[in-house]
Amino acid sequence: MDATIGTRKKKMTQTSLTAALLLGLPALGWAEEATPVLSAADTAWMLISTALVLFMTPGLALFYGGMVRKKNVLGTMMHSFFAMALIPVLWMVAGYSLAFGTDIGHFIGGFDYLFLRGIRPDDLNGSTYPHLIFIAFQGMFAVITPALVAGAYAERIKFISYALFTGLWLFLVYVPICHWVWGSGGWLFEKGALDFAGGTVVHMSAGFSALAFAIVLGKRRGYGTTNMSPHNLSLTLTGVGVLWFGWFGFNAGSALAANATAGLAFLTTFLAPAAAGLSWALAEWLRTGKPTALGVSSGIVAGLVVITPAAGFVGPGSAVIMGLLAGVICYGAVLLKTPLGYDDSLDAFGVHGVGGMLGALLTGVFASWPGWGDPVESLLFHTDLSAALSQFLVQVTSVVATAAYSIVVTLGILLLVKALVGLRVEDQQELEGLDLTQHGEANYHF
Amino acid sequence: MKKIEAIIKPFKLDEVKDALNKVGVKGITVSEVKGFGRQKGHTELYRGAEYVVDFLPKIKLEIVASDDMVGQIVETIEAAGKTGKIGDGKIFVLPVEEAVRIRTGQRGGEAL
Repeated sequence: MDATIGTRKKKMTQTSLTAALLLGLPALGWAEEATPVLSAADTAWMLISTALVLFMTPGLALFYGGMVRKKNVLGTMMHSFFAMALIPVLWMVAGYSLAFGTDIGHFIGGFDYLFLRGIRPDDLNGSTYPHLIFIAFQGMFAVITPALVAGAYAERIKFISYALFTGLWLFLVYVPICHWVWGSGGWLFEKGALDFAGGTVVHMSAGFSALAFAIVLGKRRGYGTTNMSPHNLSLTLTGVGVLWFGWFGFNAGSALAANATAGLAFLTTFLAPAAAGLSWALAEWLRTGKPTALGVSSGIVAGLVVITPAAGFVGPGSAVIMGLLAGVICYGAVLLKTPLGYDDSLDAFGVHGVGGMLGALLTGVFASWPGWGDPVESLLFHTDLSAALSQFLVQVTSVVATAAYSIVVTLGILLLVKALVGLRVEDQQELEGLDLTQHGEANYHF
Repeated sequence: MKKIEAIIKPFKLDEVKDALNKVGVKGITVSEVKGFGRQKGHTELYRGAEYVVDFLPKIKLEIVASDDMVGQIVETIEAAGKTGKIGDGKIFVLPVEEAVRIRTGQRGGEAL
């Protein structure tokens, strides 16, 4: 039961021990590397990060909830909250194992950890903090990713269809991609794809799945003629604040240690969203004459997304540039929705899909810090240009593979769910709203 | 007895209420409404989704008064609610058949 995760961490330990030797410390006469011991600092930080990432899902609920019409606010928030109930259980039963278990075919993990069997609370699994914490940390990522897809089907999905889709999508889309990129033996992991905290695993998978979902589901009834403006943007802004706060755990926690890389990831997660909020606001200001609250907050989210794959790999200047680009490009992507004619209601594709893709590619341009310990080569910061080009090509590969796989498998899941329980609520239910028809609740009483 | 219904601009409410107080009006009911007349609406823009909003927020005042008070009340509202710009609103006077004070059971003019 050796390290199926933390291979990169083992290499780092090796490097630091070698460095210690070179600095002239007395030889200990060992033939193999020392086993990592529990670090209280790493453990504390990972515990905090895990809680921070959980907090992002209620933040997402607020972000999305404020953007829909008041008759759908609870239904929309349910798409996040029910995920918080469903996914942890599925993760414990099989999700974690299939994502991080012993590799099968470079495609999926094995069944070693079904029901988290055989893992003791004091098992470190080759890391400096308990295995159980890593499981929880990764579980929080598994919770929020399907909740992101909800942006595509807001205001018109049947609840049972959402629930069935979410459970299937976790196992058929999220878990494999997670294994490819972060699981030992995963094919993108083996190729050295750089994805620090989930640009491909989380944002691209959710964003491209959302695109497929929005196209299959069709537009909301009355789209283009009815007023569907956000009913409470103050909820949306509050949600963005919560998301940004939690994202420090998402990105800096992905350093998997309380160390310099965590510090770098924290700082880049501070700078990129700020720059993106600025550039989105400016782009809007130039285009329409008014910067909006929704624009600044959406820009911040775009910046958070773009820096996610890069957080522990790029310097502060690069983070600012990436943010500035994300604000403008994601704003453009969101505007393209209308002429292209699909109703990605809450811009899951425009912000997460496009932002994730941009971030994954730009990581291959700006990466300069080893992150988890292996040196990185990027187009702007390299010692060997051909290695940098190779790395960039790997980034492209990860983008194309994630997008294609997400779309194809999501389409398959949608066909299945539609055949079993349907997808969309009846016209009359859509008019009355999801809160009343799906949940028997109303958020606002006059 | 008559009912005076007045649609005014929301920021005028305090001014109108104070002016009515001064001429002896003792009870008013106020509701938040939306509407349009000749005043045009506005455009709202949410991440590229543009909405033309025709309705504007207004305040509706309802006052039931004895016939001899009506003229003064209408003039008071007209003067206090005026800005001179489009959208100032309108005042309507309607007949009232009966009035009842729930606590005491008083009817007619005594209920006012």
